Amino acid sequence: MIEAHNLSKHFRGSRRGEVRAVDGVTFRCEPGQVYGLLGANGAGKTTTLRMLATLLQPSAGSARVAGHDIQRDSPAVRSSIGFLSAATALYGRLTAREMTEYFGRLHGLDGAPLRKRVRDVFERLEIDFGDRRCDTLSTGMKQKVSLARTLVHDPPVMIFDEPTLGLDVMTARAIVNFIRECRAQGKTVLFSTHVMSEAEKLCDTIGIIHQGSLLAEGSLDELRVRYQRRDLEDIFVTAVES
Amino acid sequence: MSARNVAVVYRKELIDSLRDRRTVVSMIVVPILLMPLLTVGIGALSAAILGQAMQEVPRVMVLGGQDSPRTVAALQTLREIRVVPAQPDYVDEISNKQIRAAVQIPSGFDASLERGETPTLRIYDYAGELRSGFAAVRLQNFFRGLRERTVRERLQARRLPESLVDPFRVEEQNVAPPEKVSGTLLGGLIPYFVIVLCLIGAMYPAMDLTAGEKERGTMETILCSPVSRVHLVLGKFLMVLTASLFSALLSMISMGATFHAARGLLQPLEQLGGTALPLQFSLGAMAAVFLMVVPLAVLFSAALLAIALFAKSYKEAQSYLSPLTIFVVLPAIISVLPGVELNTGLSLIPVLNTSLVSKEIIAGSYHWDYIVLIFASSCAYASAALAVAIWLFQREEVLFRT
Repeated sequence: MIEAHNLSKHFRGSRRGEVRAVDGVTFRCEPGQVYGLLGANGAGKTTTLRMLATLLQPSAGSARVAGHDIQRDSPAVRSSIGFLSAATALYGRLTAREMTEYFGRLHGLDGAPLRKRVRDVFERLEIDFGDRRCDTLSTGMKQKVSLARTLVHDPPVMIFDEPTLGLDVMTARAIVNFIRECRAQGKTVLFSTHVMSEAEKLCDTIGIIHQGSLLAEGSLDELRVRYQRRDLEDIFVTAVES
Repeated sequence: MSARNVAVVYRKELIDSLRDRRTVVSMIVVPILLMPLLTVGIGALSAAILGQAMQEVPRVMVLGGQDSPRTVAALQTLREIRVVPAQPDYVDEISNKQIRAAVQIPSGFDASLERGETPTLRIYDYAGELRSGFAAVRLQNFFRGLRERTVRERLQARRLPESLVDPFRVEEQNVAPPEKVSGTLLGGLIPYFVIVLCLIGAMYPAMDLTAGEKERGTMETILCSPVSRVHLVLGKFLMVLTASLFSALLSMISMGATFHAARGLLQPLEQLGGTALPLQFSLGAMAAVFLMVVPLAVLFSAALLAIALFAKSYKEAQSYLSPLTIFVVLPAIISVLPGVELNTGLSLIPVLNTSLVSKEIIAGSYHWDYIVLIFASSCAYASAALAVAIWLFQREEVLFRT
């Protein structure tokens, strides 16, 4: 479960003054649900997800992830999430197995249970290149190892920041299927995207975010009724322009 | 749990860094090869240059001397020089290296000597030019011999003993033990190399583990783990410290081996009556120097980590850290200068204090009050730098600087 209440993040830049990257965002994402934050570049998606992953401290508001407060109990929050974004790369000089085992250890696993867990995750993601260094892997292979890294501690909450950005069709499709699997397993899934088709296919709830504010929220059908549009792109444009 | 987390991060950083070519070169290859290359390389080069210069029979011009055939003939028979015909543009010829030196023999030189007068000769050479200097030295040797012969002849003619011009002799006896001589001559050089290599060894891992991670996009990955940022930075810091200390240790071993080999090579020369090179250091002194370098390595590691963490990319980190080497090299050079002695004020200046006390330790002098003060002040600076690094690692504006 993810509950964000009035979550805000303000940055102070020397040139631009105070920038309200996220401004009072409130939403809720239940277990077994996929919540999609839909927004253009610079809308505040990444900053919101980074706050929920405790990488950034909110300027105001609060949030709970898997029952843990993001400010008071940040290590417990990080233990409960698998966070994947375009900015979470792999250690090129480590092998896929070393990379996954390293993150398993950071999550407190060790010895035989760690090895078994890595074996299971590799089987599930069909990783048969565990002993190859990450800097020799293709983009698709790297994405699989990144997924293994997020899954090694079997978190109840998955947060994906534009997970298909820059990927080819087949790899992007594999990611979409993976998100569906996570939902089927009862995990809470929050993901951000600016790809309308992805949001249409995957999301139980869509939140339209623009200039740091959540403009609209609901299932695709609810949004269609509210904005009297069929196509999600039209809904998005109408919400942003109004 | 916290020590375990630091150990997990450290272990990973160690494996990762040992697979990085740049880190391996700066941490292992440079410290091992620098000293032998410097001593053997520079030694061989200077020996070759000197040897060539000494083998050359310099062309020398004798100016005047038409009325002093005895002296001119003696000069012409010298095998160490080749006398060439006098020309009026001898200064240009020396400058253009067509001849190496010239000697002006005053008119009536031979006759003046016979009369017991004191005529003046003038040798022309090009100061700072090695081969010209050698030619001038050979001329001076010749005329010194002529002067001594003339003195003896004049004394004999007057039936006076030679002791008249040689009333007493002065002998010099060294009482300093070989370590002390080594310490004075080379003592400054050892800490200089160890300290500089300590810095170089830490530099690449410090950049790789901070700015390098930001550039490669792994910083955000690691920050997603439940391990606290303090434990993360401590794991990284320990890796940088390992590289720094390992570089220092390897450089000392390499230096010891080089000096040992050099002593072995020079022993035959010493037996033939050559000057003994002061290359004796005790293992205890080397261990004490290493111990003094430890807090300095902590200071370097933490400071480099903090500065490199601020950078967004490897390139930016390099531009911040490269000028920093001046702040390390400069005090290390000052400590090598003659006359710079340890005192309470200098004991508080980082780098310079360690360099100076190491010089003393190698020379066999243990000033315990200074050693304690320097160790304590270095530890204080190191702790402050580490605290800054930990503080910076918790600042999101530093970690996510765009």
